[in-house]
Amino acid sequence: MRWFALGLVVFGFAMQGAHAKSEGKTFVYCSEGSPASFNPQLVADGTSLNAIHPVYNGLVEFELGTTKVIPALAESYTISKDKLTYTFKLRKGVKFHTTKNFTPKRDFNADDVLFSFERQLDKNHPFHNVGGGNYEYFDSMEMGKVIKSIKAKDPQTVEITLNYAEAPFLANLAMPFMDILSKEYADQLAAQNKKEEIDLNPVGTGPFVFQSYVKGSSIKYTAFENYWGHKGNIDKLVFAITPDANVRTQKLKTGECQFITEPSPSDLAALKGDAKVSVIDAPGLNIGYLAMNVTKKPFDNLLVRKAINYALNRKSYIDAIFLGHATIAKNPIPPTIWSYNDAIKDYEYNPEKAKELLKQAGLANGFEAEMWTMPVSRPYNPNGKKLGEMMQADLAKVGIKIKLVTFDWPTYLAKSKTGEHQLIQFGWTGDNGDPDNFLNVMLGCASVDAGSNYSRWCNKNFNDLVVEAKKTTDIKKRTELYKKAQAVFKEEAPWVTLDHSTVFRAMSKNVKNYKMDPLGADIFNQVTLE
Amino acid sequence: MILFFGKKLLDMLLTLLGITFVCFLLIRLVPGDPVLLLIGERNMDPAAYAEAKQKLGLDQPIPVQFIKYVGQVAHGDLGTSVVSKSAVWDEFKERFPATVELSLVALFFATLIAIPLGILAAVKKNTFYDYFLMGTSLAGYSMPIFWWGLALILIFSVKLGWTPVSGRIALEYDVPVRTGLLLIDSLSSEIREAEGLKAFWSALQHLILPAIVLGTIPLAVIARMTRSSFLEVLGEDYIRTARAKGLKENRVIFIHAFRNALIPIVTTLALCFGTIITGAILTETIFSWPGIGKWIVASLTSRDYPAIQGGVFIIAVIIVLTNTLVDLIYIVLNPRMKKAMLK
Repeated sequence: MRWFALGLVVFGFAMQGAHAKSEGKTFVYCSEGSPASFNPQLVADGTSLNAIHPVYNGLVEFELGTTKVIPALAESYTISKDKLTYTFKLRKGVKFHTTKNFTPKRDFNADDVLFSFERQLDKNHPFHNVGGGNYEYFDSMEMGKVIKSIKAKDPQTVEITLNYAEAPFLANLAMPFMDILSKEYADQLAAQNKKEEIDLNPVGTGPFVFQSYVKGSSIKYTAFENYWGHKGNIDKLVFAITPDANVRTQKLKTGECQFITEPSPSDLAALKGDAKVSVIDAPGLNIGYLAMNVTKKPFDNLLVRKAINYALNRKSYIDAIFLGHATIAKNPIPPTIWSYNDAIKDYEYNPEKAKELLKQAGLANGFEAEMWTMPVSRPYNPNGKKLGEMMQADLAKVGIKIKLVTFDWPTYLAKSKTGEHQLIQFGWTGDNGDPDNFLNVMLGCASVDAGSNYSRWCNKNFNDLVVEAKKTTDIKKRTELYKKAQAVFKEEAPWVTLDHSTVFRAMSKNVKNYKMDPLGADIFNQVTLE
Repeated sequence: MILFFGKKLLDMLLTLLGITFVCFLLIRLVPGDPVLLLIGERNMDPAAYAEAKQKLGLDQPIPVQFIKYVGQVAHGDLGTSVVSKSAVWDEFKERFPATVELSLVALFFATLIAIPLGILAAVKKNTFYDYFLMGTSLAGYSMPIFWWGLALILIFSVKLGWTPVSGRIALEYDVPVRTGLLLIDSLSSEIREAEGLKAFWSALQHLILPAIVLGTIPLAVIARMTRSSFLEVLGEDYIRTARAKGLKENRVIFIHAFRNALIPIVTTLALCFGTIITGAILTETIFSWPGIGKWIVASLTSRDYPAIQGGVFIIAVIIVLTNTLVDLIYIVLNPRMKKAMLK
């Protein structure tokens, strides 16, 4: 036993000396999982998108830390008067990465733009079916319907014509699925009969060059010295794939990573108390809500909808289910999105008022209804069943008897699209930071038929506002229209707006210039290490 | 003899079929859906959903799916992962060496410590040492792997800074894959020229904590087995004779008793390999160890049916083969067993 103890001590000393710390400006990010692909067109999950961000650029991009769209690979753009033609002037002298498999012979030009967009648009494109041919974002943002044609007017000019005016189009272009891949690389791979390599060994124009990926272990990048844009001072960027949140926290404490994603809520207090660590938070780009199907009685009655708004004690849900890591929502869009109407007055928790309203509606003795509770966990609704039970108890207090119902997730999605429900829990995580992506997608009249308007509420005033806002590209005017729309929404109360979950990140104190992306990605393009 | 092997083979096949069936059913009972994963839940279109479901063959009744799957496996095809879209076997092959390396080191660590402790406990039977060692081994056996792993990380990595928290090798080393075992690959001439022994040392450091965590349960089992096996042997007549001859106690224990006591220990060791491979699922998740355990957990969370089924099937094959091998070793070591087994 003595020998064992002695051995352990000697070993410990030996280890201390050898515990290697990497040299130079290496930035290690402890991520939570492995990417599904390195092609931004093929993925829609945050883990994969984070791994893709360092490599690629789009024609336009979101200004870091905001949802404002700014030029990127396009130096500038013009929009025709009828809002149907977008002309992009491409940046000159932009280089693609040189990797083990590829050495570019020319700079970025219009061919690359056409290749990247047509691969997704054209079912007969030679690369369309590579990697499964499922372009989730391109399809769900309906880009196939919006885009009429894409033309290269000259090597530095691309003209995109739309089928109808669509203001969020520019924000869609800033999303990763519209990033620009190298056509020259694609041609080389096609000639070598290795097309699928394009999604595995990415070549882009971004601030970091992809080096290697060891499944389940790490992804490595080096800084791209010929990067066209502004970048930080990191030489090597490493993603250390660490699925366990507690372990990520420990790795941050020992300095094995400089940045961790999604620390576990139970670790937050300890991290905040650590002098070497800083913790930041921001409201997520999401909304959790309870939709009331206005085509079903008694939810067609505004008084009833308002009564339910007054009857639910949302603060108690946030304390019990989110452990305080969420904010009460008063609008259908999160406060990080431009046009958020902070002047709106929320319905406060007031069961007496709820009873009073029910009495006015002729339902003094209450009524019975079904509530569908979400079967899956989402940031805006981590525990649908518990949330349902708490709401059930609150509503019982004002005389409304709730029966909780749930289905497996595909059935839940399919049945709710046809409007079989009365009350239903739902939520949304934004895609492109455009208010249209929330207000029109979830509350517009066209979305009733499309199935994503779960309260099936079609209000002419509201709809006119959001449809008009979609047609104009003037941000100031759009802001005004959306603010008005939010006021109509609140007054008509088709939902109970529940929460925006809070997103946390933790990093070493020597990490500077990191800005939380409202769209939820971890982007290190401009990060510096001191 | 032929009959015996035939019976063994039939046993193995039935076991594998049973395991495959249970796994097949269980993953379909877990809420969640690989089809949604494939097409994405944004703007889910019921028609596209049905089409994708049919493409994956999930629209058919479960018995039909099962029979098809068994047929496919019998032809050596474990299917294609829904997430990565590459063959399940390739995915497995890529990660298996990491698990083997960790398992072997864990077993080595467990044996190295367990046997001396077991002998000590047997020799000092019913003393404080015995009670202490066996009590500790019971505690070790009952330790939840998750808690134990995190506790070791907190002590040795965070407080003392002796070992890295997780991973397989420091991120600055790019060791090309030859055998897949980093302890061997990091000693290849090109790495030694560039880095000296630093890469090897780093790989070894990364192995320490996960190997201890993974080896803890087998350590407890082997220590207890050693103790009881030794106690039995030490009670034999020939040991009494040896002692009566006036041999030194050390010689009695390490020369006379050791060899005979070893037989049941060796079989326990072999059986522990199964425990270790399955225990790796938790250990690998804690230590971000890129082996099959972590792969299966990731496949489970993404409801990647083919990957889970394939992974469980291959592990089952490994364990069934090891157990059969142990049975055969028994027969070689002790021909009297043959009769008993043939019945």
